Amino acid sequence: MKLRRSRGRDPLGLRRVLSDRLLPALVAAMALLAALTLAGARGAADLAARWEGGAATALTVQLPHGARTDRPLAALAALPEIAEARLADPARLAALLRPWLGEAPALPLPVVIELRLARLPADATALGARIAAAVPGATVEAHGVWVARLLALARSLEAVALAALLLVAGIATAVVAVAVRAGISARREAIAILHALGATDGDIAGRFAQRVALLVGLGALAGTLVAAPVLAGFAGLAAPLLGGAAAGVADPSGAYQFWAGLPWGSLPWAELALLPPAAALIGWLTAQVTLRRWLRRLP
Amino acid sequence: MTVGPFCRKRLFAARHQPLALPRRIGIVRAMVRFGDVGLRYGGTGPEVLRDLDFLLEAGTFHWLLGPSGAGKSSLLRLMHLAARPSRGEVEVLGIPLSRARRGALPALRRRIGVVYQDFRLLPHLSVFDNVALPLRVAGRAEAQSRADVTEILRWAGLHAKADSAPAALSGGEQQRVAIARAVVMRPALLVADEPTGNLDVPQARRVLSLLQEMHRMGTTVVVATHAEGLVAEYPAPALRLAEGRLVSHA
Repeated sequence: MKLRRSRGRDPLGLRRVLSDRLLPALVAAMALLAALTLAGARGAADLAARWEGGAATALTVQLPHGARTDRPLAALAALPEIAEARLADPARLAALLRPWLGEAPALPLPVVIELRLARLPADATALGARIAAAVPGATVEAHGVWVARLLALARSLEAVALAALLLVAGIATAVVAVAVRAGISARREAIAILHALGATDGDIAGRFAQRVALLVGLGALAGTLVAAPVLAGFAGLAAPLLGGAAAGVADPSGAYQFWAGLPWGSLPWAELALLPPAAALIGWLTAQVTLRRWLRRLP
Repeated sequence: MTVGPFCRKRLFAARHQPLALPRRIGIVRAMVRFGDVGLRYGGTGPEVLRDLDFLLEAGTFHWLLGPSGAGKSSLLRLMHLAARPSRGEVEVLGIPLSRARRGALPALRRRIGVVYQDFRLLPHLSVFDNVALPLRVAGRAEAQSRADVTEILRWAGLHAKADSAPAALSGGEQQRVAIARAVVMRPALLVADEPTGNLDVPQARRVLSLLQEMHRMGTTVVVATHAEGLVAEYPAPALRLAEGRLVSHA
């Protein structure tokens, strides 16, 4: 039986014990999850940023045109739930309504008071009723309360996504550690021989770490590449919520180019590009730590 | 003999001159020194070696004799740094192990060749790559390594088997590969643990002649065996162990 000369690239036979199938496949699945999680966190952050402006003014109070505002403002400021009550700028209102009412609106515009709340109320309707009682003749619009609740939900989702990302990294570390331990078991004799021939811990650990980093990096790259079109599809669905167009653009000739129409540019490419090297680094570090701890038992 | 005069001449010439005497630390009179050495495994078990006191001078050949279980392999493990003594002092190549840092031992191991009874070759590597392993571990240039391995395989009579898998070789050939691997780094100390234990008599003689040749080139050689017939054929000083104690050194 003839064997090809290896030129010493793989004296531990790691290509066989750390195969290029199972570990990369597991890491690819985890990279896919990590990519989805990352994109979820990014999407939640974008939605939160967009809604933040709407939530700044949680409530608006409308008074009839020409109504006095000093007493209502004082009554509103006295309510404990309200942090700030201020008149909306009439010029800004006119600018907002210009597309519908023109430059010099003939309609009498109401007086609008914007309220910023000290904290979100448990029951927005009840608060609206109390404000209406404190300021007779006022109409209360409470949509901002719901926007603020959605904002809080988006922030929570962002935090949960980051926690899930950490969990995925932890599971990846555990998977790599198990694979490395299996590799050590399979090559215990070869490791002992290399050690007896004068190989340092760093040399032996480095050979394992190099192989693991390569496999994990490639697995993570595959997972990320699979995730990209899925994420682009989600981004297309979410585009209208973020002020963009829906996915899918009809080109001038009438052909519907789904792939070209996906909002590829809106994907978090920087974070996605970091996934393979980050995974490779996790694999390298895990292999180094696992090997060096095991080698300490040798003299 | 397995090699022609040209090859032997080369082996004796400048390339193998440092075999016996390490250049970096100059002439080492005491290659191995044991002082009141005891060894127990696991910290709490009984002592497998007790009160060992002896000195092996550089360039000598020693048999290590004794019945099975006398502690021959344990003594050799101390010599090639596979174990540290539980008490006493072991000094190898002038370096006392009790004061040596763990990080300093790999460099010392590269100057000690080891031959095992069960060969301990890596089955997934060719004969050539097995023999090249110590050079690659030491980070030698690939071109120089290839030349050294080719030469040492020729010396061991295995040049034609360079690309074979170890499993395709006979026991005697595998042991000669193991010897080639042990000496390719030109070690100052060569220890062999029952190197002929799994071989028939002609193969055993051939293996022993290689070890003797290393000794003639100046390497300090210690061979553990219980083959009294071979010892009678190759008379040399012997360390004799019984129940973990050194009973004679003559």
